[in-house]
Amino acid sequence: MKVAVCVKQIPDPADPGALDPETRTLKRDVKLILDESDSYGVEMALQLVDAAGGGEVVLVSMAPNNERSGLSTALAMGAASATLVSDPALVGTDALTTAKILGKIISDQEPDLVIAGSESSDGYTGTVPEQIAGVLGWPSVTAAKAVAIDGSAMKVERQTDAGYDEVECSLPAVISVTAGVVEPRYPSFKGIMAAKSKPVVQMTVADLGMTAAEVGWAGSGQEVVDVTVAPVREAGEKIEDDGEAHLKIIEFLESVKAI
Amino acid sequence: MVSDYIPPLKDINFVLEHIAGAHELAGLDRFSESFDASMVEPVLEEVGRFMAEVVAPTNVDGDTTMSKWVDGEVITPDSFKAAYKQYVATGFGSIPFDPTYGGGGFPWTVGVAIQELLTSSNMAFSLCPLLTQGAIDAIEHHADDKMKSAYLPKMLTGQWSGTMNLSEPQAGSDVGAVATKAEPVGDGSYKITGQKIWITFGDHDMAENIVHLVLARTPGAPPGTKGITMFMVPKYLLDGQGNPGEKNDVACVSIEHKLGIHGSPTCVLSFGDNGGAIGWPIGDEFTGMRNMFTMMNNARLSVGLQGLALAERAYQGSLAYAQERRQGTAVGAKRGVQSPIIEHADVRRLLMSQRSWIDAMRCLIYTNAASIDRSKALSGEEGEQAREMADLLIPLSKSLCTDLGNELTSLAMQVFGGMGYVEETGAAQHYRDIRIGAIYEGTNGIQAADLVGRKLPMRGGGVVMDHLAALDLKAKELASQEGMAVFAENLETAVATARDATSWLLEHGATDVNAALAGSSPYLRMLGTVVCGGLMADLAMKADKSSDAEFAEAKKVSARFFGEQILPTANGLLGAVTAGPDDLFALTPKQLA
Ligand SMILES: Cc1cc2nc3c(=O)[nH]c(=O)nc-3n(C[C@H](O)[C@H](O)[C@H](O)COP(=O)(O)OP(=O)(O)OC[C@H]3O[C@@H](n4cnc5c(N)ncnc54)[C@H](O)[C@@H]3O)c2cc1C
Ligand SMILES: Cc1cc2nc3c(=O)[nH]c(=O)nc-3n(C[C@H](O)[C@H](O)[C@H](O)COP(=O)(O)OP(=O)(O)OC[C@H]3O[C@@H](n4cnc5c(N)ncnc54)[C@H](O)[C@@H]3O)c2cc1C
Repeated sequence: MKVAVCVKQIPDPADPGALDPETRTLKRDVKLILDESDSYGVEMALQLVDAAGGGEVVLVSMAPNNERSGLSTALAMGAASATLVSDPALVGTDALTTAKILGKIISDQEPDLVIAGSESSDGYTGTVPEQIAGVLGWPSVTAAKAVAIDGSAMKVERQTDAGYDEVECSLPAVISVTAGVVEPRYPSFKGIMAAKSKPVVQMTVADLGMTAAEVGWAGSGQEVVDVTVAPVREAGEKIEDDGEAHLKIIEFLESVKAI
Repeated sequence: MVSDYIPPLKDINFVLEHIAGAHELAGLDRFSESFDASMVEPVLEEVGRFMAEVVAPTNVDGDTTMSKWVDGEVITPDSFKAAYKQYVATGFGSIPFDPTYGGGGFPWTVGVAIQELLTSSNMAFSLCPLLTQGAIDAIEHHADDKMKSAYLPKMLTGQWSGTMNLSEPQAGSDVGAVATKAEPVGDGSYKITGQKIWITFGDHDMAENIVHLVLARTPGAPPGTKGITMFMVPKYLLDGQGNPGEKNDVACVSIEHKLGIHGSPTCVLSFGDNGGAIGWPIGDEFTGMRNMFTMMNNARLSVGLQGLALAERAYQGSLAYAQERRQGTAVGAKRGVQSPIIEHADVRRLLMSQRSWIDAMRCLIYTNAASIDRSKALSGEEGEQAREMADLLIPLSKSLCTDLGNELTSLAMQVFGGMGYVEETGAAQHYRDIRIGAIYEGTNGIQAADLVGRKLPMRGGGVVMDHLAALDLKAKELASQEGMAVFAENLETAVATARDATSWLLEHGATDVNAALAGSSPYLRMLGTVVCGGLMADLAMKADKSSDAEFAEAKKVSARFFGEQILPTANGLLGAVTAGPDDLFALTPKQLA
């Protein structure tokens, strides 16, 4: 079985660098790392291939400056190879165009299954996976928490507010996974060393048969019009436990309609 | 409130490459096949992430939950067991060992960097892999091939852990007083009986087997260190398939209640309560002490490293706190507004003192590690020079860095004010945890005695004097560096002082051993500070090799601070080094009261 995993490489959230005031996007001249949101997809893919008794996990990514640190982590975890699209023309590319670009690589790869994160940690639109499915004309299952493959069909437990739905669909398909559904492994020493010689194919916009006008700011139907600082979290309310604290907690949960 | 650990990878990578010369080791035959220098950064990146995300969060739990002795067995905190399992899966412990047994074949210097990341994350936890590495080292060098292939592969991953059993109630600093007995059975094995104390991770539930290395005496052995043999005594004897089987006759009879490293069980082990624990000699009879010495350098370096690692962790916490806490109005700040305490000059001094010493310690330890690697990889005169350097630096690394571990974690606590003294901030734990560093693996007093008694006399003082001459040249080189003139002058002066002190010790120590021993500890501090001065001169001169200008600037300022404000303290020790023993022994115990 062949599983393609979309992995975004992002600035380290612990040290994200600065916003570019002109474009209102994050400056990406810092070192990028594997988006933690995508480490779950990589882990799930590795487990599925294991369960299938063979096959491979391939990575697809679009990132500036031929950045591959994040890919290295995923390769060290066990993915077999990666395709990376990088091109100065891509600055400003919106979610839909990203999906078109990733979709092109994916269709060349002919995987049985595509896994992406539900939403990235930085851009956060939460739309790319479904758009990839749309571009490819494949079924899309969001919020997958458990996946079982049976020949050319797939059963997915899909997380809902109340529990989970059981969904079935044919392959190939695109699923998105939410943080926490599996525990991503840490790369082993052997994995890290092996990653060095795994192939990372680099592609430009032209290699994909696209033009600069179709991508980047030029090709984007989406624009960041304003950026505001997130409001500071307000201090919570402290309740001293005088033996009745649980009642106050119940009262609070009822007031926010949590129970 | 306890702050997270941020692996200082930029510093580590820089010192490895440009100060210790770790990357150049790849050019030596010993490493050329297995060590790819371009992989140092990617490996440390993943190791750092693992340590920060998996091991560091267990630090406080280890301190409060502690390892416990329950019904004759040691139970470690659950968080330790979970983190250890993941640690074993990564194989990070195997990186600096022989590929024949599953090791990565990287130099010890890179292993030391990994150890720093592990130790800063959780010192108590790190002791299990640390003792295992010590045991591996001894087995790799001295055991026969059969033993090596039976034990090393699983010890390299950490599936099985190791211990070092030296201490007994009457044999602490005086290892020669070991009384544990080993009686030959006749089939090559021995029955071991006796009691060992203070055995780190002597029992625990994280590994599938524990391989004890035990110093003991065979029948008719001569007294003292000459009569000691080293034995391997596994907790579980291996079955026909080489897996842990029947339990050996070793029992953990209690564990100690300690000031710090609560997660690390310090065990009293009883061997042979039921007829004798089965053990096999490692190396020939009576070579136990000599064999200990071959691994002693690594073990002592690792303990010195603990001083660096905890100083780093404590510093990170204090630096974060200094930016948050507001008190008083700093000079030049708007009146009526409380300034972050980092704006006060005296708090800056607390921070810079830590920053600068941490840089110096890292340079010292990593350079020491690289000299150990070179001493093993090179032959002839080059190899001999590297060995001399390694041997000279060991007592400095061990003592200076653990003393500084105590001093700097104390400065970090000082930054926190009252909050440093309460446990909530974590500053107190680092201070408690590192205190043991100056005591075990040969107390710092014993290290000082080693320096004046064994290291100083190498080539009749030539090794030390050669090193001082090299530092003189370094001072001249430094003088042409912009902004470093005062540092260069101070280095020259301090080297001259160290030379005077060294000459005095060589002259008086030859006729009056106590004259050298009396001044040994201040001499160690002096020589250590001067050697660090030379390494910080290197840091100042090489900082621009970094592609990060801000980082280069920070290293230069740290080096200059060392040269102008720390290095001169070495001169003040000359009086204590050359005073001799008279006043130390002038008073009777009664008068000392
Ligand atoms: C030169 C250049 C500059 C860029 N600058 C920015 C920027 O400033 N801000 C920004 O957020 N993004 C930037 N990107 C990346 C790209 O524009 C975004 O990935 C895209 O807009 C998707 O947005 P999102 O993060 O909201 O996706 P989401 O829909 O939130 O992502 C969901 C999942 O889709 C997949 N995915 C999304 N993007 C990628 C990708 N690029 N590669 C592989 N898988 C992906 C991942 O699995 C992810 O978990 C840049 C890319 C390039 C090449
Ligand atoms: C937490 C912990 C873990 C340990 N782990 C291990 C372990 O895993 N394996 C193991 O074998 N041991 C272990 N030890 C033992 C440790 O190595 C000894 O405690 C140490 O060597 C000192 O011996 P001692 O306690 O008997 O002190 P002593 O030897 O009694 O020393 C007391 C003081 O006298 C000084 N002194 C003694 N002799 C001299 C001398 N000749 N010249 C100058 N000064 C001298 C010392 O410097 C010290 O200040 C551990 C100890 C602790 C506390």
